[in-house]
Amino acid sequence: MLQQASWLITIILVTLLAIIFLVIAFNAAKAKKDYVPIQTSAYLLRSRLFILSLLVLIPVIGYSLTQMPYDTATASNERFKTVTAVGHQWYWEISDTTASVKEDVIYKVTSADVNHGFAIYNANLEVIAQTQAMPKYTNELRVRYPKPGRYKILCLEYCGLAHHAMITEITVSP
Amino acid sequence: MNVMSVPTGGKRTIYSMLVAFSSVILLMMLAGLVMRLSQGGIITLQADMFYKLLTVHGVGMVGIAGLGGSTIMWYFLRQYVQLHTSILISTFILFLIGVICILASIFLGQFAGAWTFLFPLPGQSMGVWTNQAAILFLVGLLIIGVAFVLFYLDAGRAIIQKYGSFSNSLGWPQLFFNSSDEAPPPTIVASTMVTIVNTLALVAGASILIMMIINIVNPNFTIDPLLAKNMIYFFGHTFINATIYMAIIAVYEILPLYVNRPWKSNRVFLAAWTASTIMVLIVYPHHLFMDFAMPTWMLIMGQIISYTSGFPVLLVTTIGTLAIIHRSGIRWDAASALLVLSVFGWAGGVIPAVIDGTISVNQVMHNTLWVPGHFHFYLVIGMIAMVFGFMYFLIKDNNKGQDNALDRISFWVYTLAAIGFVFMFLASGKEGVARRFAIHFPEWQGYAAVASIFALFIIVAASVFSIRFIFRLNASKLIP
Repeated sequence: MLQQASWLITIILVTLLAIIFLVIAFNAAKAKKDYVPIQTSAYLLRSRLFILSLLVLIPVIGYSLTQMPYDTATASNERFKTVTAVGHQWYWEISDTTASVKEDVIYKVTSADVNHGFAIYNANLEVIAQTQAMPKYTNELRVRYPKPGRYKILCLEYCGLAHHAMITEITVSP
Repeated sequence: MNVMSVPTGGKRTIYSMLVAFSSVILLMMLAGLVMRLSQGGIITLQADMFYKLLTVHGVGMVGIAGLGGSTIMWYFLRQYVQLHTSILISTFILFLIGVICILASIFLGQFAGAWTFLFPLPGQSMGVWTNQAAILFLVGLLIIGVAFVLFYLDAGRAIIQKYGSFSNSLGWPQLFFNSSDEAPPPTIVASTMVTIVNTLALVAGASILIMMIINIVNPNFTIDPLLAKNMIYFFGHTFINATIYMAIIAVYEILPLYVNRPWKSNRVFLAAWTASTIMVLIVYPHHLFMDFAMPTWMLIMGQIISYTSGFPVLLVTTIGTLAIIHRSGIRWDAASALLVLSVFGWAGGVIPAVIDGTISVNQVMHNTLWVPGHFHFYLVIGMIAMVFGFMYFLIKDNNKGQDNALDRISFWVYTLAAIGFVFMFLASGKEGVARRFAIHFPEWQGYAAVASIFALFIIVAASVFSIRFIFRLNASKLIP
């Protein structure tokens, strides 16, 4: 969902930008016009774009900051369990590799050696959540699995030779 | 403003640095191509070799982008202030010594700890590389850091000597106190900004490098991993951003010559650069969104500043570029086309960057290929195009040779292939393809295979740019 939205917004805005550049570039070599009025219009456009950007970005920032994953204590679901997940070069040590769609799982994620990334992938290989696994620190990640099935845990922080092979599975029941 | 000519020794050093830039860029692009071919399942690469290539590609590209940006900054800054050519030469020599250390650590010592050298990975490889190799890599980086500190100290000294203070060279009297004196030219403003932010970044980078070297030699000297991460990303983010802020000087200086319209520092321009000076320094926590142990206020600041950090300078530069070329009668050639392309690349790359700078998006995009997608966008189509544009501009001096069909075709090949290449990264990121994986799942391989074709075309076009530069340099009287 967020991935699709990000992709679409990027495609639309980059295309728009490319069209603006192409139109201006293809007309740039045409007969020369006086620069002063062009500059005046450009400054006006710049001010308007600045204000428009603020009008768009401030609500986006405001809304998106309500969606932060950091507050694991006040999630709505009262059913939850706590699971520890420890990254090692190059395997995961997870205290419970099962879950249910009816409960939240609070993963207490850390590392026994170097930095790792604890990322949960669904069956379509889409990331549904992640946090860093750091030595000496514990990051709490609260997850509600959307559907039953098998989920993969991949390492998303480069950790050495077998980084790509640091994979395990979580089985989620109905 | 009286403009001074660049001394012969300085020019020769700049040309040598640009030859190094072209050579390293091509080699690093080849390393990138090999990695994408391997991820696409087209060739087979052992994991250890993949991660060595990953390390050399990352550190090589960041280092050479720094060097390329420095050539532009020095060449134009030298026309306003008295820089020492001997310092420039020292910077280049130290840079090359650092490169030798790094290459030896990777290809002789098997070091593959990635250019980000996240603590404590360099010292904990599970026996894949030795501590000596890790120390050699970190020392190599440190030497390159010292090279750049020297460069910025000389730039800072020369700027202060002429303008009295950094506040003057940032145009604060004109910005805040309505001074009627002429504002410093864009090159001075940009150079001041980069000198400030990169000196701070390099000091932080050098500090963590020294701390890590001591830790490897004596593990009783412990380092907080989160502090180390903060220092590394503060250094890394600022440094790679500053490469663009240096290279953009080429746009400010060269495009006005093509259109015979001035690019002056007005109050909005000055305000934008001052705002970006501050914001570039405090935006780096967006690399730590997935470190939930970080103070939340820093992460929120990271998101807000991610949205606004490059925005002021980007807006004034993009609108400024479009305005200055609009109905200007510009004569298109490789230099002017690459410079305009570079502004598009910078502005375009910021779009996926800002999106990923949103905490909730970052939770599903962080360390997927979306990340290299955005930075390859503004480095390949932005920063590198700025340097190639600058190189084409230089060889026009005293040279009767005009661009021909090969240059024009290469420009379009480079542009289209680079856009295709970065969109393969972004599409992969949308699909959750993990970053820095030696081996991809079969479902992921198609993106890498297609990206390899685009990469090949980028390399062909970049080779034309580089070879043209070297040949014309020889053919002309540019090297006395």
